[in-house]
Amino acid sequence: MRDLSLEVRRGEIFGFLGPNGAGKSTSIKMLLGLARPTSGEAFVLGVPAGDVEVRRKIGFLPEDFRFYEWLTPVELLHLHGRLCGVPSDTLRKCVPALIDLVGLSAHRDKRLENFSKGMLQRIGLAQALIHEPDLIFLDEPTSGLDPMGRRTVRDIIRAQRDRGATVFLNSHLLSEIEITCDQVVFIREGEVVTSRDMRAHQEGEVHVDVRARNLTPECLASLAKWGTPAVLDQERLTIVARSRGDLPDVLRHLVAAGADVYQFTPHRMSLEELFLSVMGEDRGL
Amino acid sequence: MGTWIMAGVTFREAARKKILWTALIAGAGFLLVFGIGLHVQVGDFRTSAVPPFLRYQIVSAMLMVGLYTVDLLAVVMTTLTSVDTIAGEITSGTIYAIATKPLARWQILIGKWLGFAGMVAVYVAIMFGGALAEGYWIGGVMAQHPIRGGMLVFLECMIALSVTFLFGTWFSTLTNGVIVLGLLGLAFMGGWLEQMSGFTEGSRLAMVGIISSLIMPSEAIWRRAAFEMESPLAGSIQFSPFADVSVPSSAMIVYAAVYLLLALVIAMVHFRERDL
Repeated sequence: MRDLSLEVRRGEIFGFLGPNGAGKSTSIKMLLGLARPTSGEAFVLGVPAGDVEVRRKIGFLPEDFRFYEWLTPVELLHLHGRLCGVPSDTLRKCVPALIDLVGLSAHRDKRLENFSKGMLQRIGLAQALIHEPDLIFLDEPTSGLDPMGRRTVRDIIRAQRDRGATVFLNSHLLSEIEITCDQVVFIREGEVVTSRDMRAHQEGEVHVDVRARNLTPECLASLAKWGTPAVLDQERLTIVARSRGDLPDVLRHLVAAGADVYQFTPHRMSLEELFLSVMGEDRGL
Repeated sequence: MGTWIMAGVTFREAARKKILWTALIAGAGFLLVFGIGLHVQVGDFRTSAVPPFLRYQIVSAMLMVGLYTVDLLAVVMTTLTSVDTIAGEITSGTIYAIATKPLARWQILIGKWLGFAGMVAVYVAIMFGGALAEGYWIGGVMAQHPIRGGMLVFLECMIALSVTFLFGTWFSTLTNGVIVLGLLGLAFMGGWLEQMSGFTEGSRLAMVGIISSLIMPSEAIWRRAAFEMESPLAGSIQFSPFADVSVPSSAMIVYAAVYLLLALVIAMVHFRERDL
């Protein structure tokens, strides 16, 4: 990692994005105290990263959750709950509910050795939530999950935010991040490249594909006042407007400037497109 | 509290390992053969002219061989069951779910150590008690100080356990196993060299043996255990593997205890400092 600087607001779902080897898992390990930075400092919930006591308020799902294979989901959750200091009475009530929440009720008495990767991810998520943490680190939580499982995890993540928890989400599934996160940060080679407020992203910048003739250079230059300079390729024009509300004005301007408009198609830049534009071409590992 | 939770789950984890059950089955097989051997020998005495005094010495020597076998089985079983407990869990990633709980790293390590110590204590009690019971009920002999002997054998196992934990915080499972078995081999050889030096009165040979015992004191602890358990007369027989010609002193027991603690402390410090 180099000059990594992050700030995550309480109560938000924070997406941590980057190509393979960017340092995402390493960053999470440093925040959890599993690895030590050679320099710099990090604070988690207001205390230095790695503090033992603050871990009572932190849940963590590792990228590839593994645990003693002879345990059943019920035993595993009781064990992790006890390690987090959850009283036995509370565990007796919340463990069945949590197993139900992650969709493993039918498998509650099976040993983990009979679990698929997706099932292990589900029970791993449950152990991260057993003590109702204030901050939850999820490293590739939907890895190995089928579409229904991904939907379940997405709903759980939102429910955690709704009860006030902060979720730090590391995932390669950009479509998942796009519909789940409030804020995303892109990192590459251990450095933050850019960040996006996803609510603003949803409401903000709009790309418009235009097909038009009789576009004058003056008309094209004047489009810049609504966003980034327009790019013309023969009769195809791409405009990046600052907001959806500007689109009627842009269209009226084109027509008033004498352009013959055949197509005017707005679309929002997907997170994947944004990711590729930020990260550039695949340069290999 | 977290330490004891880890100890409990580690005890259950260790008790589920095939190597433990294999060692118990092998141990049961050994006890069966040992019991048959004693029974046959005692039966032969009834028709032979061997004087009672010599019969007692022979059966006592057989008991010492049996206890030595138990000692070897216990030390090897301790090493093999615990060899991947730290190294393997780091490699597999199992440790992540534990090390991010509100537990200090030393609590995780000590909890695991206690879990294995409990499992080894049960194993030693079963095997050691079984061999002693057979010696008493079939052969009519009893170790001189069985409790002291049993405690020393347990101490020897704890030395092996602590060293296995120590190197498990540094190396992979396989490398750890090779190192610890190598050290046990060194201790075994050193112990016998020291014993041989007692027969030959060779001070240089004794020095080699002592240095080996200082590097890994497990075998020296067994020789002290043997001294505590065998009858004084049997121990005085020269050229016997259990002859008391070169008995490790009480200082060696203290050294072994300090060695064990030091290995654990270094393991805790390194486990606390290392990245997972």
